[in-house]
Amino acid sequence: MAERHSVTLDVRRLVGRYSLHATSHVGRVAYLLLEMVRALPEWRVWVPRAFEQAQAVGYGSLFIVGLTAGFAGAVTSLQTGYQFTGSIPVYFAGGVIVESIILELGPVLTALILAGRIGARYAAELGTMRVTEQIDALESLGRSAISHLVLPRVLAGTLMLPVLVIFADLVGITAGWLAAKGSLEMTNADFVYGAQYFFKPWDLWYSMIKSFFFGLAITVVPCYVGLSTAQGAEGVGRSTTAAVVSASVLILFLDAALAKVLLQ
Amino acid sequence: MIELRQVSKRFGDLVVLDGVDFEVRTGETVALLGQSGVGKSVLLKHINGLIRPDSGEVYVDGLNVNRLRRKELAKLRARIGYVFQAGALFDSMTVYENIKLGITDDAAQSDEDYCRERVARCLELVNLPPEVASKYPAELSGGMRKRVGIARAIAGQPTYLLWDEPTSGLDPVNADIIDSLVEKLDDELGVTSVVVTHDVRGAFRVADRIALLKDGRIRAMGTPEELRNSTDPAVQQFLERDLTEPVTH
Repeated sequence: MAERHSVTLDVRRLVGRYSLHATSHVGRVAYLLLEMVRALPEWRVWVPRAFEQAQAVGYGSLFIVGLTAGFAGAVTSLQTGYQFTGSIPVYFAGGVIVESIILELGPVLTALILAGRIGARYAAELGTMRVTEQIDALESLGRSAISHLVLPRVLAGTLMLPVLVIFADLVGITAGWLAAKGSLEMTNADFVYGAQYFFKPWDLWYSMIKSFFFGLAITVVPCYVGLSTAQGAEGVGRSTTAAVVSASVLILFLDAALAKVLLQ
Repeated sequence: MIELRQVSKRFGDLVVLDGVDFEVRTGETVALLGQSGVGKSVLLKHINGLIRPDSGEVYVDGLNVNRLRRKELAKLRARIGYVFQAGALFDSMTVYENIKLGITDDAAQSDEDYCRERVARCLELVNLPPEVASKYPAELSGGMRKRVGIARAIAGQPTYLLWDEPTSGLDPVNADIIDSLVEKLDDELGVTSVVVTHDVRGAFRVADRIALLKDGRIRAMGTPEELRNSTDPAVQQFLERDLTEPVTH
């Protein structure tokens, strides 16, 4: 009896501790966002740095984003053909491919790829700067780490992700179209008809809204984790892993939440 | 003038500072001695607001550091040069860009001619050749990195200089060069300095007054002579080791 009581207490304590921990992180992320808003008037500092970061995020990610979207589009096309051939009109496949890519695969796969590529980079960069006192050095010179380091990264990532998603959508749809032509005996006219039949302009807006939130997730979380790094090289390693995992989980959570809020 | 009143700071269960009272008068150089891990750097970071105390107050030029707004704190920090233990140079920037960032006056920083002149002057003050300006921190030796860190700290013409273990990790010859630099810069620039160190010999060489931090409090503070004649066993125990060892350089 006493043992069961102590197990219950332990579970309560554990839940309490984790809840406190989570709440403190949410509070600190909110404070970081507030600091970013306060740093907006220092545009002379963050604008040039945001351009540099945007180039690294956008141009630097084109290959991997295009590759992922291309394969995703082609595989979606082949699996749609495999599932539906003979049971429904072939032009339906055009609609399924285009809608799958615009609504889900384009934004989510691009965001997950960038959570690894950009999120890890941001967390490692800021984490290393934290443990080698470079961030303290910047602040000791009367400069803000938020306007010099965080705001340019967050803005670059958040604004470039929708652009990369448009690129991913185009590559994915093209790859899907080519795969459909090659394996489903579908004409161009069938594909275009199907795509237009199911397409709604809101779908594009939905995709962009999702990308914007995903962009925030893959930049704010790694920047926060990077700034909170402690304990040397091991700490930087831990931060990098934590940043990628947290950003990826948040993307999946946001994906579900935004689908519920915006599509119903 | 720098003044810490009853400053306490803990990290988790570890009490690092426990009601510290500490004062540095304008124009003087105070060395803060203590064993490694005793909280000397933590105390130093309270002075320019990099760390906030759990309780107590920190004043610089009569301003309460922890009550300043963001912009006021940035202005105050621009008057306080901070030399970091490992240099803390921005590794993605050249030496020139690092030192230029130390020019805290934004108008001056956008004047490229002034910046070139100022960076060259700072490199000269720390005895580094002008060619170093185009190098990256990774291309420099430990001693040179420290000197670039000093050049960056003095680039903004500060009125205060905070030195965090300026000679740690250096061989005796380089440590001696840095000690000479501390003396030279304090004299030439007329700054008020706090030197955190565990090098007793260096502290006796550069400081007007010396403080010993122990168990989270200032255990003793006075001129080098007063400390040398102190009857406090903790002070004697700390000083004995270094001052009785033969000079190796």
